[in-house]
This record gives sequence, structure tokens and C-alpha cells, in this order.
Amino acid sequence: MAEERRQKLCSVILPTESMKAMAESVGVGSLQEDSCLALSEEVSYRIKEIAQDALKFMHHGKRRKLTTGDIDHALKLKNVEPLYGFQSQEFIPFRFASGGGRELHFYEEKEVDLSDIINTPLPRVPLDVSLKAHWLSIDGVQPAIPENPPPVPKEQQKTDSTEPLKAVKPGQEEEGSIQTKGQGASSAEVKGKEKMRMKPRSTHELSVEQQLYYKEITEACVGSCEAKRAVCVCVCSQGPKFKEFCLALFIRCNIMNSKYTTKHLLFPLHELIPAVVTCIVSKQLCLRPDVDNHWALRDFAARLMAQSCKTFSTTTNNIQSRITKTFTKALLDDKTQWTTRYGCIAGLAELGHDVIKTLIIPRLSVEGARIKAVMDGPVVSNIDKIGADHVQSLLLKHCASVVAKTRPLPDMVDQYKVDYGYLGTMLCSHVVKARAQAAFQAQTVNRTTLTITQPRPTLSVSQSGLSTSSGSRAPSIIKVPSSLTLMSTRPGTPTQPSPPATKYIVMATSAGAASTQQVITLSSSQSGSPVTSTVPSTPTSLQPLVKLESGNTGAVSGSRPLQKYIVVSLPSSSSSLENKSSSVLPSSTSPISMESAVKLERSESPAANTQSH
Amino acid sequence: MTPLLSAPGKMAAVQDGPMELDTEKETKPEILSDGTSKLSGNAASGTLSSSPLTAGGAPKQEDQQTLIAVLQFLRRNKLSESVEILRREAGLEDQEDSQTLDGSGGGKGDRDGGEANSLLSRVSITSAAAPQSTLTPITVKRANEQLDVSVVLSAYSQQGDPSLYQVYYSGLKNFIESVLDCHRAELSQLFYPLFVHMYLELVYNNHENEAKAFFEKFGGDQECYYQDDLRVLCGLTKKEHLKGNEVLLDFRTSRFVLRISRDSYQLLKRHLQERHNNQIWNIIQEHLYIDIFDGMPRSKSQIDSMSGSFAGEARREVNKVKVFHGLLKEPEIEVPLDDEEDEAENEEGKPKKKKTKKDSMGSKSKKQDPNAPQQNRIPLPELKDSDKLDKIMYMKESTKRIRLGPENLPSICFYSFLNAYQGLTAVDFTDDSSLLAGGFADSTVRIWSVTPKKLRKVKSAGELNLIDKESDDVLERIMDEKTASESKILCGHSGPVYSVSFSPDRNYLLSSSEDGTVRLWSLQTFTCLVGYKGHNYPVWDTHFSPFGYYFVSGGHDRVARLWATDHYQPLRIFAGHLADVTCTRFHPNSNYVATGSTDRTIRLWDVLNGNCVRIFTGHKGPVHSLAFSPNGKFLASGSTDGRVLLWDIGHGLMIGELKGHTDTIYALKFSRDGEILASGSMDNTVRLWDSTKAFDDVETDDFTAATGHIHLPDNSQELLLGTYHSKSTPVTHLHFTRRNLLLAAGGYSSQ
Repeated sequence: MAEERRQKLCSVILPTESMKAMAESVGVGSLQEDSCLALSEEVSYRIKEIAQDALKFMHHGKRRKLTTGDIDHALKLKNVEPLYGFQSQEFIPFRFASGGGRELHFYEEKEVDLSDIINTPLPRVPLDVSLKAHWLSIDGVQPAIPENPPPVPKEQQKTDSTEPLKAVKPGQEEEGSIQTKGQGASSAEVKGKEKMRMKPRSTHELSVEQQLYYKEITEACVGSCEAKRAVCVCVCSQGPKFKEFCLALFIRCNIMNSKYTTKHLLFPLHELIPAVVTCIVSKQLCLRPDVDNHWALRDFAARLMAQSCKTFSTTTNNIQSRITKTFTKALLDDKTQWTTRYGCIAGLAELGHDVIKTLIIPRLSVEGARIKAVMDGPVVSNIDKIGADHVQSLLLKHCASVVAKTRPLPDMVDQYKVDYGYLGTMLCSHVVKARAQAAFQAQTVNRTTLTITQPRPTLSVSQSGLSTSSGSRAPSIIKVPSSLTLMSTRPGTPTQPSPPATKYIVMATSAGAASTQQVITLSSSQSGSPVTSTVPSTPTSLQPLVKLESGNTGAVSGSRPLQKYIVVSLPSSSSSLENKSSSVLPSSTSPISMESAVKLERSESPAANTQSH
Repeated sequence: MTPLLSAPGKMAAVQDGPMELDTEKETKPEILSDGTSKLSGNAASGTLSSSPLTAGGAPKQEDQQTLIAVLQFLRRNKLSESVEILRREAGLEDQEDSQTLDGSGGGKGDRDGGEANSLLSRVSITSAAAPQSTLTPITVKRANEQLDVSVVLSAYSQQGDPSLYQVYYSGLKNFIESVLDCHRAELSQLFYPLFVHMYLELVYNNHENEAKAFFEKFGGDQECYYQDDLRVLCGLTKKEHLKGNEVLLDFRTSRFVLRISRDSYQLLKRHLQERHNNQIWNIIQEHLYIDIFDGMPRSKSQIDSMSGSFAGEARREVNKVKVFHGLLKEPEIEVPLDDEEDEAENEEGKPKKKKTKKDSMGSKSKKQDPNAPQQNRIPLPELKDSDKLDKIMYMKESTKRIRLGPENLPSICFYSFLNAYQGLTAVDFTDDSSLLAGGFADSTVRIWSVTPKKLRKVKSAGELNLIDKESDDVLERIMDEKTASESKILCGHSGPVYSVSFSPDRNYLLSSSEDGTVRLWSLQTFTCLVGYKGHNYPVWDTHFSPFGYYFVSGGHDRVARLWATDHYQPLRIFAGHLADVTCTRFHPNSNYVATGSTDRTIRLWDVLNGNCVRIFTGHKGPVHSLAFSPNGKFLASGSTDGRVLLWDIGHGLMIGELKGHTDTIYALKFSRDGEILASGSMDNTVRLWDSTKAFDDVETDDFTAATGHIHLPDNSQELLLGTYHSKSTPVTHLHFTRRNLLLAAGGYSSQ
């Protein structure tokens, strides 16, 4: 009987067990089965009746959602005391649990720490109702103003309203999440407000299907399955409609291997390059330039650019010289913004030592003066200051190694000052350090028995400030299969740290409890199978190839405060792609805080560096 | 005073009023009591009088027949007491005939004072208690209900073998499916009412399991637009449930109306007699009203367009009453001499009618429209000087009006309520578009000035004393400059405000709320002046008459009430809807009121005598918006099913169906010239429709006018002139300014 009833759309009644449970909760011990049945039928009927009345209130309240208030009003109609204490919230806070053959919905009441409540800053005062007028139509034509929706077909409009296009409105999302959550109504309302005042941005509207497609492809590209990736890249590069989409994907998925960029992404070069150059020199890449790490993106794109130059530059297209010209021109322009300036320098620096020597080092004194003006001058804006700071460290980083190699030995601070101006002093110390490192590294290499003949693992360290997903990763590298697969050629056997003699484990330790999360980008140049770079599939703006977590979680040797790096390198028979990796090498954004501690890492990369040249 | 005192009891009774005898429902006599006329008079040129001029001869004859029928019925049911009373009443007071009849029609839902008393004593509630508290009506109502229910339900007591019900029904089903196509569509109408009655009969007789099985077997066959009702129905499995369920009570008390051609009916009758299928025949006889017509059977689409209402279609005869849908003559306005002369010229060359311009070309308006009611059919307030000034303004503005049409669409200005997390529930604009009122779920009403002119209160009494009353700018001086602001909040309700309505002179605002009251607010002092109590349940809508003074309200108690601002009790109670009255509108000539209801019908009521003069069926969901065309000839209605239906009031016909919206339509408005219909919906769109074309396309056919069998052209797409999406703002209200600019309003929702 019960089964039969359930099939019907609405003749469902409450289970008699519920009646029993409720009876027990009010002290009625043994309730007859008959009474239970009668009760549950009665209660079910009354509940339905109330729900139907509540619907009326919803309709008249001109809402699509039934609220607890509607139920209260419906109860009032029946002369029943409303249920107090159930206020409409963003969601109905029932949780579901099952076990032992029972299914329960319960209301979760969290323990609240009073001091938390007291100490939280007051939420923003909710805004009062206000009236805003705009033209929905002028003489029958809907004007294209921000208040009106973009002219899209109704179907899409509908899907939009049900599934907001989060992907294409990142700024809005962020602003929303920055708002202190909790006062549901007001945060929603604030969001609405923001939407209203947002500048119209040129966004590429993606349909839901396209978004799904994008997600799938992104996941496949950054995922571990090589075959899948190859297919995906092929597929998405062929659809002409997806040009922008592919570019975005391209930038985002970090498909750094020239293999993909060249062979598989069948973009005409002239389409690819503008996008990349934009990433390097654009004045503004993100909504909040002062907070977000767009510098890393610029570094990254610069590296990519250099790579493309190497691979594609021919005597006919002459990409490298054209790119160089573009960068130089921007660099020479006095009005160039710091962000663009940074991009230019990074772009040039990636092109090689020669370029640094001829184009950047001569500019050092000029740039130094400019930086000085910002650093020492009156406070103009925080953004400028950050920009100048980044440019400075970028210059020092790239120039130091070049200077160290080209300049004869006595490193006199005064002389540096004369030659390079404001930056001289710092440059000098960097050069000294670089020289020392180079020397030290020679020894280290011997000690660690890292044979240089081995195809170089290219290793670069970058600050993972922007990879937000890493914060909550599983603690142990050994235990996380995904982390290991990326190094092992056999994804299925993650727990074998010392397999065939072809693997190397390099551990770096650093003092300090690893307050900064480190990410080691590792790309091994293997002939046949390309690097299996497994990255958490959550898409972030920039995906490192290999991610390891900070050392305090390392399980290998228990020395607590030290930071460990595990670098696994795989052998390969032929190093066909040697040449390309040099550009990847300079640990462009290596955190300064590590300098002293991470000796090994430090020495590693320059060593490789010297190797290739 | 007696009639007055008994009023509350009567009001309540009205809801459960006429039971078996629906004939009366349509020709419902006026409900006004003598008290009304006593109360009336002082305001303006007097309010409605209780002695209708027109309700004289013709209705009386009808009443006599009904009376006899009622007596027979009562006797048959052994309600000797009622018979006694009825006889006495009918015999003693001839004038009260209609009232008595109506009241005793149900055997107990008496409206008349004397009878109410006897009723009260019968249910052992002292008549003294009746007038005093607002509670009493409820008690009376409950008591009545008890009685009513048992009587009504007793009709179900003669029963056949419950196990055979399925056989009966499927036998009929097979028969109907086997008849000729032309008859099948018509006879298929029988399925739903039969199904419901058979199910209820089973439930009533405690055959719970049979009822469930019956429902399961045949519930799926019913037309999809009955889904909502079926949902209610299937929850109901016990006899006890029946008692409290007003919806189903109504279903039984009001006979389901079907329109079937004579041929089809004969066919059915023969079949049932051959099979001796008495069970079904009894139901048809007792609970169904079959309106037989001669001529071609209707097609499926014709039937579908008219069905869907709670109690079947409207009977043809109820829509035959003459409705004076013409407009009143505009009073001659003497343009004050100090006003510019050109003003006068303008007036000369301009239509004098308040709303329509359609048929006016300058000098004509002297002639009385043959369809217009008598100028003094209902007493209207006299024009004040300020009203005259406003009329002059209006005429001036109308000279600048844009002529709209398919080629010339209006501009739309959208007012979004931002941060309205209190839930915007109602909006209204003043006629001159200077003020905007919003009702909110947090019980407040807010008023905005949408012109640069700020809202100011009148000074306090003390300060007013100091003003030089002789000065020319005294009207300016009484305003308190300190209180100037763009918006004002009116607090007073204790539940969500479901509708707001400005008076035409912009001095008052009405608001109706969940708390069961309608409040009148002064826009001079921004305070509440009166709380009109009577509905006791949520009041869903209220609307001012276009001439002010009167207003109408409708609510969950299933009646609409007509009020005058200076009376604390309603002047008329319009009872007849079988479910909540969701929206109310005044006809432009103020002689009629239209109400839309959850029972999916629209009714038109005569303000003069309280009669229901039109019933429009065809909506498949609760009606949430109504709009009269400016010339008073047409009515547009929108419902939760996302369709707008157009009605010809004079002929009582559906003349158009506008499909396009995907959600409830909460706002409808005709342009000032009536050439464009704008509709606003929950689906965040404003749509514009070519109403001229919609009206012209149908009108002509004489045959359809006579039979009511319209054949609707499916031309929604041609009539749709424009669709305008807002970003995320449901459209709650629409308003055409005097120059035909369309204003829309709604609360921005962040989801």
C-alpha cells in the first residue's frame, strides 16, 4: 500500500515511525500502530493544507521561493500559533545523515564561541531601500546600458539567471567573497549594488555548455592522462569558434612544453603572440593589481614568449627581433607604467644573456633613477611602489648573473655605483652572492653525486602565493598519490620512493617553519613520454607543473623546522629538448627569504644554467 | 440600528452563502443593508442608495420562480423550519424578497436581519453578541459551516456499491472514447467533475481504499490544468478532512457547469439510460449543471480555451445582463478666468473624456454614449477646485501625448527598488506619475517623489494657527519645509502589505495587508487616517475608484468589498468567488468592479446593486492582474499560467489570448489611448501587445457573439510588439504617464 502511494505524485504520507518518535519525545510511551497511522495521515493532510496556503502568500509576496514566513502566515490563517525561531536564511540549514538503515534530517546547531562573535568586526550596515530609474526601452529599442541585460536570446537569459556565469565575471565573485559573509540579506544586496555600479567590461559570454566544455578540457589538459590531453588540445585548437577560449585555456593550463604550443595548438602564430604579449605587458591584468600576483603571470608569459621565439623565429618572420623591438620601445618610453615596464624587462631578460647584456644593463642607471624617484620620493601610490619594487628585484636578479659572468672580478661597491647608479650597491652584493653560489655549487654538485651528464631536470621555484588551492592540500607528499604520480612514470605506484636507479631524490632543507608555501616547478626533458605534470585540477590562474608542499609536513626524515624539497628526476635516453629549457631555468620568482637556507636548490639551478651555455 | 448590528453576521454568512441553489449566485441581489443608506448621504452627493432603481421588475419574477424551487427543495430535505421561515419572510416583506431568497437558498446562509437572528438562536449564539466583536462573525460562520457541511454532504449518502465505481467510470470512459470525434471533445468535459464527485463520494462514505484506488486509476487521465486541484484532492482521504476544506466544500456546493450541445447530451443520456447507470446519472443530476445549447458541438480547442476554472464554465445566461460599459460624460469644466486663455482653447479642441480618446474627435463628447450608465447611476463625489485644476493639467498633458501604435512603441522607464530585502510586494503610481508608493513584506509602505518636488508634511496644529489664512500662498505656507524629503515611510500594518493604491487626487493612499485591514493614509500629514476592518483574513488587493471616494478590496475570505472612505463598514459585499479574491479593479466609469480570483475566474460586479454581471472563465491558474481598457469596453487579465486573456465586457466573451510570458503576470496596463497593452511578469520581462489589432481581429462575428463559442486565432506572436528583459527584476507594476511614457517598477532580486 505504501509503495503504491509513493508512486502517485502527491499522496505521500509521513512514516508512522516519525509519529512514534514524536510521541516518545513528548512522553507518550506506547502508541498503537493504528493510532500512529491515523495520526500520520491526519498530520500529512494538515501539512499539505498549510503548504498550499503558504503558496498563496508566496504568490502575493511576488516571490519564487517559499519562505518560512509564508508558512507562519498560513498557520495564522488556521488560527495556529506560528513556529517561532525559523527565520528565512540563505538556505535551510537541515543536514542529512544516514546509517543503520535510518535516514535522518537534522538541524545542525554549531557551538558558537562567544568571543568570536564579540571580536568580529561589525558587519556593514545594510543599505536602505533606494529607487533607481533607467531606460528599459527607448522608442521600442532597448538601449545597451549596464542596467539592461546583454541582448541575448531568452533561453540563454533563463540559464543565466539560474546559473550565473561565474567564470566570466571573476571580479564580481571576488568582491562578493571579500564581503564578510553572514548577514545574508545584506551581502546579497551589496553584491547587487556592486553589480549595478560595475563598469561594463568586455566579457566573452559563454553558454552553459561552453562552460562545461571548458571545464572538461581544462581538467583534461592539466590532468595526468597524457592521451586525454593530447586529444583535448587537438580538439580545442580546431574549433574556430573557440579561439579566445583556447587562448584563455592556453594561458591558463600552463602547457609549457613547446610541443603543445607548436604542434598541437594549431593557432596561427599571429594570433597566439598578441595574447601572450598582452599577458606580459598589459597595464592591468587583474581586478586588484595591488593584491593579486600578476607578476608571476608576466614572468610566466615572458618565458613562454622566449620559448616561442626560440622555436619559431626564422629569418622570414623574425619574431625575436620584432618582439625585442616592441619591448625595448616600451621600455624606453618614459610614460610606461610599472607593470608594463616589468613585463618588458622580464620579456627581454628571458630572451637570453646577450639580450640582457646589450639591452638591459645599459639601462640600469636610468631605471635605477626611476626606481629611486618612487622609493625615496613622496608617496604617490601604493601600486607604483609595489611596481617599482618588483622591477628592482627583477633587474637585480637577471643582471646579477650576467654581470657576474661578464665583469672582471674586483667587485667594488663604489665602482658599481658609478657604473649602474642607484642600483649599483644592491647589484654589487647580488653579484658577489652569485659568484659565491657558482663556486659553492661546483662543490655541491660533487657532493650530491648529481651527475651533470644527466639530462637536466629543470627546476624552478616560485612562490605559490597565487595558487590558492595548495593551502589545504594533504600534508604528506608520500601519501598523496597525485603529488607522486607526477614524478613517477608509473602512476600506480606512488609509494616507491627509490625505484630503479634512475630516480633521484634531492632534499632541500630550510630553516623556519615554512611560512611560505613553496612550489617547485619541475620539468624533465624526457624523449618519449613527456613530463607527466600533475597538478591539482582546481583551475587557478597559473598552474605549476609540479607542486610539493612545505617541508614541515615532509615525512621522510623527521627533522622538524627544516624545509624539505624532494626532487625526483628521471632518466631519459636522449635529451632532445635540451635547448629549450634554459629559458625556464632562472628561478625568476624564487622567494628571497629562502636565499640563505636553500643552498642546494640555489646551487642546483645555476649549475644547470651554466651547463646549457 | 438592527440591520446594522446584524451586518457582521451577514457578511460572514455570505461566504458560505448559497449552497445547492446556484441559480442565485449569478443573480445575487444586493447585499446592502438598510444601514448603508442611513450611513450614506453626507459625503459628496451621497453614496450608494440601497433601493436600486433597476432591480425592480424583471428580477422579481425570476426570484419568484427561484423561491418556489427553494421551497420545494427545502421540503424535500425535510427542512421544515427553514421552509417556515422562508415562507414567512417571503410573505411578509415583499421588498426583501431577493435577499431572503438568496439567504435561505442555502437553508441557512441567511443575509436578512430577521432571519439572521433566528439562525443565531438556532445555533445558540445570542444575537446580542453578534454585533459587538469582530470575532462573532467567525463563530457564526463556523456554526453555519457545520450545518452546511452536513447538509451538503448528506447528498452523498445515497451510494452504490463502492467497488463498482471504477466500473461505472471506466464504462463511461469507454463510451465517450468510442463516440464520434465531434461529440467526444464535449463529453470529455464530464470526466473531471465526475471523477471528483465520485472520489469525494467514496471518501465521504469512508471507503478510503476504494477512493485511493479510484484516484490512482483515473487521476492521471484528467486535463493537465486541473493538476493543482487534483493535488489538493489526493491529499484528502478522510471524511473528517472534508469538513474543514472550503475548497472542496465549494466544489460540492456550486454545481459544476458544463456546456454541451444538444446532440451530445442526448447521446450521453441515452447511453446512461441503456446501461441503467444510475450512479453517474445521479451525480450528473445533482452536482452538475449542464448548459445545453442547440447547434454544432464545439471543438476541443474551443472547449479548452474556456475551461479550467474551478467550477466549470460560466452559464450563458449570467453573461447576458446588460453592462453599461461606456464612459461617463466628463463634467464641463469652466476654466477659471485667471488661467491662460489658450488653456481654454486647448480644452475646446481636446476630448473631454477622462480616459478614452478612441472615438472622440473634438466636439462630440456632448453626446451620451448609448452604453454609458446614467450619470448619476451611482453617486459620485463632486469635483473640488483642486480636481478641476488637475483635470486642466490632464488635458494640457494629453495634447502632448504620443500616439502609440505598432510603429511607435512607448519608451519604458524602469524603476528598480534596490536593497529591497524587505521584499517588495506592491507598487502604485499616481495618475500624474509624480509619486510612487511601494508596499513591503516588512509591513511598511514607502512613498517616493519621483519628481524634484519633495514630500512635505503639513505643519502641526499649533504652527498652523500662526499662519495668515488670508494670504494667497496659504497652501504653500501650511507645509513644513523642515520635513521635506524624497521619501516617507508609513508604518502601521502588522503584516506584509499586499497592495497600495493612490487616490486620484493624490491626497490619500490605501494599503491592504496580511493583517486583514485596509488602511487609508493621508499624504498631507503622512499618517494613518482609518483602518478598515472587515476582511479578517489577508486582504490581497485594494483599488481606488477612478473618481475617488469609493474603493474596493478583496481577500482571502473570498469576498470583495466596496467601501467609501468615510464609512467604516463596507457598502457592498461581492460574494460568489469560490476562492480567494486576488485582485480588484474599478471600471473606468466606476459603476462596475472586476475581481480576479484563485478559483480561476474573473467576475464583474455591479456597484449599484451588488449583482454579479459577468463571469469569465478560461484561465488555468489564479488571476493576479486585471486592467480595463480606457474606453471601458475591454478587460485584460493575467494569471500564474503566464497568459493574458482579453475579454469583451459588452458581449461577455473571451476575445483574445496572449501567450508569451513564462511566469505569473503581476502587472497589466493599457496605454492612455488603449492601443498598446503592456504586461509585466515574474519572468523579468515587460511585453507590449498590439491591443487594437487583438480587438479588431475578433469583434465582428455575430454568431460567436450570440453563442459565446469563440474561435480564438492563435496570433500571439503577431500581436507581440516587443519584449524587454530586465536584468533580474520581476515587474511588479506598470503605469502609463499622461503622455504615454511607460513606467515599470519592480524589486531588484540578487539571485
